[in-house]
Amino acid sequence: MTKKLVVTGVGATTPLGGDVASTWKALLEGKSGISTLDKDWIEKYEVPVTFAGQAAVPASEVLTLQETKRLDPSSQFALIAAREAWADAGSPEVSPERLSVEFSTGIGGVWTLLDAFDTLKERGPRRVLPMTVPMLMPNGPAAAVGMEFAARGGVRTSVSACASSTEAIANAITRLQSGEIDVVIAGGCEAAIHPLPVSAFAAMHALSKRNDEPEKASRPYDVNRDGFVMGEGGAALIIETEEHAKARGARIYAELAGGAVTSDAYHITAPDPAGSGAARAMLSTLEQAGATIADVVHINAHATSTPVGDIAEYNALRRVFGDHLDNIAVTATKSSTGHLLGGAGAVEAIFTVLAIHERVVPPTINLDNPDPEIKLDVVTTPRKLAEGPILAISNSFGFGGHNAVVAFRSYEG
Amino acid sequence: MALSQADVLAGLAEIVNEETGIAASDVQLDKHFTNDLDIDSISMMTIVVNCEDKFGVKIPDEEVKNLETVGDAVNFIVSAS
Repeated sequence: MTKKLVVTGVGATTPLGGDVASTWKALLEGKSGISTLDKDWIEKYEVPVTFAGQAAVPASEVLTLQETKRLDPSSQFALIAAREAWADAGSPEVSPERLSVEFSTGIGGVWTLLDAFDTLKERGPRRVLPMTVPMLMPNGPAAAVGMEFAARGGVRTSVSACASSTEAIANAITRLQSGEIDVVIAGGCEAAIHPLPVSAFAAMHALSKRNDEPEKASRPYDVNRDGFVMGEGGAALIIETEEHAKARGARIYAELAGGAVTSDAYHITAPDPAGSGAARAMLSTLEQAGATIADVVHINAHATSTPVGDIAEYNALRRVFGDHLDNIAVTATKSSTGHLLGGAGAVEAIFTVLAIHERVVPPTINLDNPDPEIKLDVVTTPRKLAEGPILAISNSFGFGGHNAVVAFRSYEG
Repeated sequence: MALSQADVLAGLAEIVNEETGIAASDVQLDKHFTNDLDIDSISMMTIVVNCEDKFGVKIPDEEVKNLETVGDAVNFIVSAS
């Protein structure tokens, strides 16, 4: 990369906590953010999966009544996360034309859309809220964040299912390297714990059905894993050129060293079992970072806890790292947070940044009986990382055959 | 029975406050929805529909453009009730 890029702010609202500090603390303590849903729609529609990772702090406790009325829940999470990240970065002074937003969602305003359809059926077209369209559009979260911080250098939304917000971070690299932009607010969000998406994911047998033990349901790499667990929330990172960050005396968490996007063109939902697309994304990211496989000390894996997906990612990892994979501390934090779909990549990017910054790898929980086919050094209690220059990657893959990978390096000044 | 102007003003102020966050006390008869209260057309449509529900009146779409001030809206609702 020609310009060095750095992360100067992080913000998140997740099933583990309403901000980064509480989320990170709960993660290191091995907590689960997954619980039984106390919703009348579970019984009403006989939804087969009765648990999920709901935001630990409801958006309505943080935002004004008007914000909650005019923003879909996905945009509400985006705004909460972005405000925290912006403040965490010291509210950078940047020319609006040189500030851009890359903010993703996998599904968009599904609550708004389906609530509006209910209103149409029950009360007629005149009662459909005039704000329905801007609330349901997938670029709604990005637009809300852009307006909040007066970003006039372009506000974009890449939608690639569960790879969406890692792709957003990779896109931030391109914008910053172009020289047109100094600061990017990058992130992702999701708010899809609604009876329809839950039923639809359940219909394709993608979700765990461990209804009687929800906190143990998300168990990547465990031989008894039976699907992923839906989560909700949002996460945002402030990424800027090193030059811009240093000029304003910003605190720097880590260097954003590289990012790449590839596609499988193999199957609409199943990953390519050989993992070649995923492998290319990792190799391309390392090349961009000017790194070799031997430089990687930590991987925040995509690892959603599905029987097929965890193996496919393992195959890709082995393909890329060979024997060096045995020396890499791997974690699967969806075991604690559940799967935030379009928000997952940004949450896990923050975990990767903090792992490097604080030199500690957060644990994977619920790994009681490791799958013998997956030979990884999975971290199950917080593990110290060595001093000196270190590099870590975060993987995200999505339905549609999307692969996105980003790499972060310790910042050496 | 027709609603009183005071009741309609208080009810309308509550709706405007909930939709926009504008203090109910700022919603006065002489205030212009756009120029004084900075209410956009999308919010105005939501306010209109909520008024229909609250006061049990019908406010035709072609009438909405004539409701420039809070007083216009209150008088229309009172006469339609």
